[in-house]
Amino acid sequence: MTFELNILSNHTNCGDSGGCGDSGCGGSSCGSSLEGELLSSLVEGEGGCGEGPDVSSRRQFLKKASTIAFGTFTLTVLPMSVAPQSAGENALGGSLSDASKEVLYGFLVDTNKCVGTGKCLSACRVENDVPEGYARTWVERFVHYKDGTLQVDLVPETGYAGSDLPAIDPELVDRAYFAPKLCNQCADAPCNQVCPVHAAFTSPEGIELVDSERCIGCAYCVQACPYGVRFINPETSNADKCTWCYHRITKNEQPACVEACPVGARVFGRLDDPESEVSKRLATIPTSVLKEHLGTHPKLHYVGKSGEVI
Amino acid sequence: MSDPSFVFPNDLHVPWSIMIVLYPYITGLVAGAFVVSALYHVFHQEVLKPVARLALVTALCFCTFATLPLLLHLHHPERAFNIMITPSTTSAMSGFGIIYSFYMLLLIVEVWLVFRPEIVERANSKTGLQGRIYRLLALGNREVTATSHAADEWLIRVLAIVGIPAACVLHGYVGFLFGGVKANPWWSTALMPIIFLASAIVSGIAALIVLYLFISWRRRTPPDITCLRAMSHYLWISLVIAVSLEMLEMLHMAYESGAEWHVLSTLITEHLAVSYGLIQVLIGSLIPFLLLPMAIRPSRSPRGMMWMSGFASMLVLVQVFAMRWNVVVGGQLFSKSFRGFVEFPLHIGGREGLIAAAVIMILPLLGLWVASKVLPLWETDSIVSST
Ligand code: SF4
Ligand code: SF4
Repeated sequence: MTFELNILSNHTNCGDSGGCGDSGCGGSSCGSSLEGELLSSLVEGEGGCGEGPDVSSRRQFLKKASTIAFGTFTLTVLPMSVAPQSAGENALGGSLSDASKEVLYGFLVDTNKCVGTGKCLSACRVENDVPEGYARTWVERFVHYKDGTLQVDLVPETGYAGSDLPAIDPELVDRAYFAPKLCNQCADAPCNQVCPVHAAFTSPEGIELVDSERCIGCAYCVQACPYGVRFINPETSNADKCTWCYHRITKNEQPACVEACPVGARVFGRLDDPESEVSKRLATIPTSVLKEHLGTHPKLHYVGKSGEVI
Repeated sequence: MSDPSFVFPNDLHVPWSIMIVLYPYITGLVAGAFVVSALYHVFHQEVLKPVARLALVTALCFCTFATLPLLLHLHHPERAFNIMITPSTTSAMSGFGIIYSFYMLLLIVEVWLVFRPEIVERANSKTGLQGRIYRLLALGNREVTATSHAADEWLIRVLAIVGIPAACVLHGYVGFLFGGVKANPWWSTALMPIIFLASAIVSGIAALIVLYLFISWRRRTPPDITCLRAMSHYLWISLVIAVSLEMLEMLHMAYESGAEWHVLSTLITEHLAVSYGLIQVLIGSLIPFLLLPMAIRPSRSPRGMMWMSGFASMLVLVQVFAMRWNVVVGGQLFSKSFRGFVEFPLHIGGREGLIAAAVIMILPLLGLWVASKVLPLWETDSIVSST
């Protein structure tokens, strides 16, 4: 039985199908660099991993970042050839070890597997303290009716089963499936490009983050993200977005949504490790990315994604 | 068959408010007014002499308040200075601090040089508080000689020449902020800076016509009809250019009918039907297009011309505002899912509400009123002491 049929017949019992226990970044070398923790603490404020040494390193990092960013002040009127890709990279460029530089994360969403339980959604909200009315991740339901109509709905956090979403009538529906959405962690991220103050920056592992102490809340990045992933957090007044749970992955843990998914529809891991599940699957099965024509080069890949998922 | 709508969850919150509509509107007025003054100072369009000073001071007054809507919009205004001290070279927006400061400085220096003879004369002749103000404005300078006046004139001309590209950059750059957002098909076009620039000139000339007529009426002095005719002429030409560019852009999008055209066509025909179709195109473009040539006919009486030009200029000011509105607001009315639309929240009160917006638009006019009390906007004959 495929999961497309699952949704057609409104099944919800998916407990043992798939699972995510061994997926993603399992190796002991999984990116737990000092810089990683340092950036985590920067992004997460003083909570999380802000112990003594980290705090002072963090200060050094901030100092360095400021110095370099200030340097670019003069460069603004000079040729742009020396333009930094991101404050994070520059600030850490000198101190990064070669090993940690190689860490590169990737994400895979399998639309064939997703059954719309919404567990990832509530896990994310709790883990990242996402304010109501905003989303770091969401799940869309696509329903292709026999009359040619396509209906797209938002799956509630309590899951598809028992929700108000119109039930699927197999008589009227050709096919239906779920498509989870989250930050694409674009390799050429327009959000990062447009940020005027280096508050949107790239971590050494290729994760797009927001510097909560630098953001001026102009929302230019919100406009520039083609995927509707960013928002201005009404509680912090900063730009906010999915970080693939940066504070967790740099401690060798899985993102909260990946851990919560009961069917393994979300796979996270290291792209630089050919043995990781993400790498293996990317190498062996056809995948695609969202809005490829925009040249953002997402590191979020989809299995079984139809063209209408954008 | 139309599919049911779907909006990405975060797109329900429209990030840019009416403040971001005001910002390009105000900088457009600045750029446009400056161009009028430059037509006199650089291209020696003597017919514009009666409004050359008004144009320059108007540009300065609006420029002074151009940052206000931005500050009100920023969610962290206390960090606004980051844009100056830690600008990112990859961001179009980061150029703002430098471009704005440069332009503001240029305007201040030029205004000071233009009014220096009168300031110095009053610093010498006035007493009391007035005298103190003029002595302060004179910056210790108490004499205008023929040589120094010639040097001033030369510098004014140089600044005006530099000011033209600077005004173009100041406003063209605002267009680029929108034109460079590839995520948004309503904004993403290389024509955007040029469209913004053309409509900036339109708005600047229209604003000066309205101001000139209003101030003349208040001063009970008839406006210079030749000057008014020339301005109306310039307004008509620039309106034709601006509207042609706007229409060209629209036609191009419709003709290409790219992947997102279905959203954009719904946007235009349903969500912007009033602000675009009715206000921007019909009322704001078509009527002035027909009215202005009628106003400047040689047979037209001065009174008739004043009324017709003034009315057409007011409509043009509405057109340009509607154009900014349709760009900024229109671009946020559809979700990036390209499957649904959202409502634009327009508040009355609050930091980004209508009242705040009205206050921002009134402040430069108040500034102009204050400036007109201090600087002789209409005394065009300079006082030069012979050496
Ligand atoms: S998906 Fe959006 S927020 Fe995420 S990296 Fe790409 S542009 Fe930035
Ligand atoms: S909202 Fe913050 S992160 Fe986004 S562009 Fe503005 S300053 Fe940068």
